[in-house]
Amino acid sequence: MSESSIPTGDVSVASKPPSADQLANRYTKVQSRDVNVYYGDKHALKHVDLDVYENEVTALIGPSGCGKSTFLRCLNRMNDVIDICRVTGRISLDEHDIYDPSLDVVQLRARIGMVFQKPNPFPKSIYDNIAYGPRIHGIAHGKAELDEIVQKSLERAGLWQEVSDRLDQPGTGLSGGQQQRLCIARAIAVNPEVILMDEPCSALDPIATARIEELIDELRENFTIVIVTHSMQQAARVSQRTAFFHLGDLVEVGETETIFTNPEDSRTQGYITGRFG
Amino acid sequence: MTDTISSPPGAGGGPTDTVRRPLVVSPHLAKRYARERRFRLLGLGSVATAGLILLILLGSIVSKGYSAFWQYNVDLTIEFSAEELNPDGGPVEMETLQRANYLALVRDSLKREFPDAAGDRRERRKLYGLVSPNADIALRSMVLDDPSLIGTTQTVTIKLSDDMDTFSKGYIDRDLPESDRRVTDREIVWYDQLDSQGRIHAAFNVDFFTQGDSREPEEAGIYGALIGSILTLTVTLLVSFPIGVMAAVYLEEFAPKNRFTDLIEVNINNLAAVPSIVFGLLGLAVFLNFFGLPRSAPLAGGLVLALMTLPTIIIASRSALKAVPPSIREAALGLGASRLQVVTHHVLPLAMPGILTGTIIGMAQALGETAPLLMIGMVAFIVDIPQSFTDPATVLPVQVYIWADSPERAFVEKTSAAIMVLLGFLVLMNAFAVLLRKRFERRW
Repeated sequence: MSESSIPTGDVSVASKPPSADQLANRYTKVQSRDVNVYYGDKHALKHVDLDVYENEVTALIGPSGCGKSTFLRCLNRMNDVIDICRVTGRISLDEHDIYDPSLDVVQLRARIGMVFQKPNPFPKSIYDNIAYGPRIHGIAHGKAELDEIVQKSLERAGLWQEVSDRLDQPGTGLSGGQQQRLCIARAIAVNPEVILMDEPCSALDPIATARIEELIDELRENFTIVIVTHSMQQAARVSQRTAFFHLGDLVEVGETETIFTNPEDSRTQGYITGRFG
Repeated sequence: MTDTISSPPGAGGGPTDTVRRPLVVSPHLAKRYARERRFRLLGLGSVATAGLILLILLGSIVSKGYSAFWQYNVDLTIEFSAEELNPDGGPVEMETLQRANYLALVRDSLKREFPDAAGDRRERRKLYGLVSPNADIALRSMVLDDPSLIGTTQTVTIKLSDDMDTFSKGYIDRDLPESDRRVTDREIVWYDQLDSQGRIHAAFNVDFFTQGDSREPEEAGIYGALIGSILTLTVTLLVSFPIGVMAAVYLEEFAPKNRFTDLIEVNINNLAAVPSIVFGLLGLAVFLNFFGLPRSAPLAGGLVLALMTLPTIIIASRSALKAVPPSIREAALGLGASRLQVVTHHVLPLAMPGILTGTIIGMAQALGETAPLLMIGMVAFIVDIPQSFTDPATVLPVQVYIWADSPERAFVEKTSAAIMVLLGFLVLMNAFAVLLRKRFERRW
């Protein structure tokens, strides 16, 4: 998936563009208005206005250091743990400000799950990896219910068949692709509404990547997904909408097909055709 | 150096590159190899020197101390005469038995053995000096256990005195002129007579491991100091482990990174380098004089050692916490775990082997610490085995110090034996730390 191999100019858009009817009925799940992020003195993200629609995959693309991961981490307030990080502006989930001081960040993260760049299963059993979220949020009542959640999550992540007979083995013993699907299963076990994915395939081989991409497309039915990716083909394959970030600015956002075939901004054009980035 | 590297095929294409250079051995190469060999030899030499020094140290301790683990005894025929033990006649009463003069029994036995020495007072005192002056204690407990012994004659094994024991072990040269040795010619004659009758024999020195300190080397044991060490280290562990781990967790996981926490960090590192005697003075001023804790007690000693061990535990715990990859924290945070849950469910369990290793190493340091305990009175001569945290006690390294300071020749071997016991415990603790690290070592 190295970027140097991107065919210039023409990137095929595989995912189906939404119909006019669907476009009209879109529901804005996450909305950001005039979001600025500062790391100390550094202005990392500038005046970002972005809408994420329900049951769609929104891809964030752009060269390294453009702020796309920073923006993603604002959406579930993972930036809170960085002391020098400051966020201004308004981000809302279902029209409720997520930076509202009265809001509990723990509950927010239960509603907005996250999958990281490097697969990071807990050094515990596969079962405990999935069961951890439901346990701390008190979702399951009793062992049977917990078992069911674990099985369902693994099934939805397409991992059940491979691991059903060794749930008690450590999650760290799985292959890279399996570990990442385990992390996705872990994220969906708490039944979030939005799943954030930070370059989920960058540490995986092409076959494992293909499986994750299929999975993302399936998950779209039930979840709203925001994915950061370095691979433009991936953005084109899995997303309905694409946002292009450059040097902390949100340059352009639109239907994936439009962005890849007919971008408005010359910087977007330059990036997707491989002239920089 | 570049001339030894052949250019990659197809690179450049200039006229000089078309000539393929042979892979020649550069003259630099021999020099480079020699330098590496020298470096390795130096390293090997350093390791060998360190090993040799350790070997010499251990060798000298063991060769001096191994003989302390047995004790020479003599079999004497003791007459438990009723006149001596129960002079008033009538029924035997415990109180009388307790106060009776058992030493007289031993002395009578010796006088019967060597009637020629009985006349002269100085000779007699020498004769009595063959056996331990504490021999009466063993006899008393024998009679108290079984009063029916009164009136009978028994063969009883009695400890030789420290000088005779040292002589038996061959540390006193009988060829030296009499004035140069602790044992007189007359004593040697008596000894040889008993020995020729096969009545002098060595036995494992159980008392060394079951008794407290004593002014008589043959009665002195390590047990009191061992219990003192255990009590003191218990206090140290109970105080320093929770405080150290809490401080490390707070500094590593919760504290904001600012100038104040930087200052704390620098001070913790400084604290680790403070000479231990300073902690002793602090303990004297604060724990004894201000809080009025009992002098010489494991409680005060443990608190002082806890102060000393704290920086070690905090630093070790912080590095163990740092070694837990941030991705684990992110994963838990991303699932909606609170920061406390992240720490208690994930970070702390993963860091625990490292924390425990650091704690054990800190405890081993505390076990070997002497100087601060001198300041709070744990250097006292204590015969009784401490029963609680407030009883006067001493600890193993201080016991070594006390014995090393004693003039009797027989304390030389006791000192080395005590060092061996101390080192044994240190090795045990460090081995446990290594085991823990190996067993729970995790790779990500």
